[in-house]
Amino acid sequence: MVYRAHILICGEPRCVEKGAREVEAALRSKLQELQLTEEVQVMEVSSLGHGEQGPEMVVYPEGTHYVNLTVADAERIAEEHLLKGRPVKNLIYQEPPSEPLPAPSTKEVRVVLENIGVIDPENIEDYIAFDGYTALAKALTEMTPDEVIAELKVSGLRGRGGAGFPTWLKWTFAQKAVSEQKFVICNADEGDPGAFMNRRVLEGDPHAVIEGMAIAAYAIGAQQGYVYVRAEYPIAISTLRVAITQAREYGLLGENILGSDFSFDLEIRMGAGAFVCGEETALMQSIEGKRGMPRTRPPFPAVKGLWGQSTNINNVETYANVPKILRKGGDWFASMGTEKSKGTKTFAIAGKVERTGLVEVPLGMTIREIVYDVGGGVLNGKKFKAVQTGGPMGGCIPEKYMDLPVDYEHLAEVGSIMGSGGFVVMDEDTCMVDIARFFMEFTQDESCGKCVPCRIGTRRMLEILEHICNGEGQPGDIERLEELSKYTKAGSLCGLGQGAPNPVLSTIQYFREEYEAHIYDKTCPAKVCKGLIEYRIDPEACIGCTRCARNCPVNAIAGSPKQVHVIDPETCIRCGICKQVCPVNAVYIE
Amino acid sequence: MKSLEELRKIKERALERRSLAGAGARARITVAMGTCGIAAGARDTMKAILDEMERRQISDVVVTQTGCLGLCEYEPLVQIQVGESDIVTYGKIDASRVSTLIEKHLVNDEPVAEWQVQTG
Repeated sequence: MVYRAHILICGEPRCVEKGAREVEAALRSKLQELQLTEEVQVMEVSSLGHGEQGPEMVVYPEGTHYVNLTVADAERIAEEHLLKGRPVKNLIYQEPPSEPLPAPSTKEVRVVLENIGVIDPENIEDYIAFDGYTALAKALTEMTPDEVIAELKVSGLRGRGGAGFPTWLKWTFAQKAVSEQKFVICNADEGDPGAFMNRRVLEGDPHAVIEGMAIAAYAIGAQQGYVYVRAEYPIAISTLRVAITQAREYGLLGENILGSDFSFDLEIRMGAGAFVCGEETALMQSIEGKRGMPRTRPPFPAVKGLWGQSTNINNVETYANVPKILRKGGDWFASMGTEKSKGTKTFAIAGKVERTGLVEVPLGMTIREIVYDVGGGVLNGKKFKAVQTGGPMGGCIPEKYMDLPVDYEHLAEVGSIMGSGGFVVMDEDTCMVDIARFFMEFTQDESCGKCVPCRIGTRRMLEILEHICNGEGQPGDIERLEELSKYTKAGSLCGLGQGAPNPVLSTIQYFREEYEAHIYDKTCPAKVCKGLIEYRIDPEACIGCTRCARNCPVNAIAGSPKQVHVIDPETCIRCGICKQVCPVNAVYIE
Repeated sequence: MKSLEELRKIKERALERRSLAGAGARARITVAMGTCGIAAGARDTMKAILDEMERRQISDVVVTQTGCLGLCEYEPLVQIQVGESDIVTYGKIDASRVSTLIEKHLVNDEPVAEWQVQTG
């Protein structure tokens, strides 16, 4: 008889003790029921190697090793794996990896992220267990709005959305404004590509934001708030909805909160995919139902904002810091950070680092510490080249500034910005011109079009950058880019246009030689720009296995078995697949 | 809630319920279910854990969720706390590893060192 599958069941004493015989009987019986006994052979063997997790069995020809089996499991395996061909994933034995996962850093100081990973965000009582809403209670019962603002002043909290404007001052403007109604808005648009600090807070500790907004409303005299969340964060939105509903149920939102005269409620408004709607005035237009476009300031939102009323708008992280400041005191917050940049900041560490992810560190930590101590160092031991901070409006900071403290002032000094906390690490294989092009592509696409210098300036700059990356750069291009940057910055109403040239300017400042190599030598030193590189096969190393030719999506490789293969540069699309599949590393980039 | 006093009472009650003793449980398993976790398969991991609990007829272990722990590189993340001992954080626990993890750490009280994300 020819079987299509064999099952070996372990019959060693440990397994039998745990019920191997019953498991085997159940398996055989199920196979009979499914009429598979002619196709599947079951045999008992003396050991399968993991008796400590018995009963166990191995299914061949796949070699799937199942452990910790019960009678029900055996029946399921028969049906799912043997009949339907779908191995039952959660019963499969897992080989422990050979190295333990490296440690996350101890240099993190969690303030904003304190509760995340500790509480269940969909359970308000978890938040309350950790002193949630006591800050609001303290504000309502023991403090006047002026005292709340004074505490914020002591703390030195600056807007965490990117501009770093002193929060106490912003609230003061709104408090002093005369307005029929006042609003508080939370900017949860988080448009920077790769940034997800706000998402983490919204998903992991939404009440911190709700409480922060309520305190702000109390301080300025508002009764209605809006959280503007980008639609691309559906889980954050649903978690927030649950949180708001629960807060209402517990009387922490709505009329006469905690028995006081203060009433406040929140609504969620969703974005629709426009980066520019992260800009405060464009955001308010969006809430009003209009196309998101910025307007001139003054008047600032604190004076004339949503529907012409006094509005305080802050970032998610800014609000999330507020309850802790009131609970632990402004002094406590000011004890961290640097002279002008107090407190902690969350950063999304991305790019060529061992440990990408979200961290929170005191302001003032150096770039070196963040990259090596917190980020675990450059991936694969490569050489550090630069770090890009602040998102698409930030600049690239080269190696010579590795010991720069990361805070608002120092980053600005070297031509970058804090932004919302983006931190992209780049190594020797990154082309800085390509990076500038990448960010310009984004900002150009997201430009709302209102201001001519932004709309056309970014377009022209992108064209020049694309030409350079394609090997069509002209002498004078660098100067043209600098000139266009100047006008785009000067003539734009909002941060998008004002900041879009930053990646270009900072890469020209620190990596001019890369631009020159692209333009004058028509080479890409980092071997990235497809128009300037060629994939070649080293004739000494090639063993003629034909793997590259078979995998090439455009049939650009010629060669017969056991003969040296050659890539046709005209047809080659520089996808890199040949390099990946070559078993002897014979493919190199020129 | 109409007063500070009520808030305090809720806090006490919540702290009590969060403690294992208060919940009548001997252990807690927490799965990080932020978007990053879910993208890495945390929903499958959660389902596998719940299935495992049912399979083994375990009813004195609290299974709960939390937001993103920040160790995005190691998602799906699972934390296990048995009794008064420290919380142990595990990384890259996809559905196929759940069975082994529960057998070793929860049933036999042997934390799986190789899968732990070292702290410190």
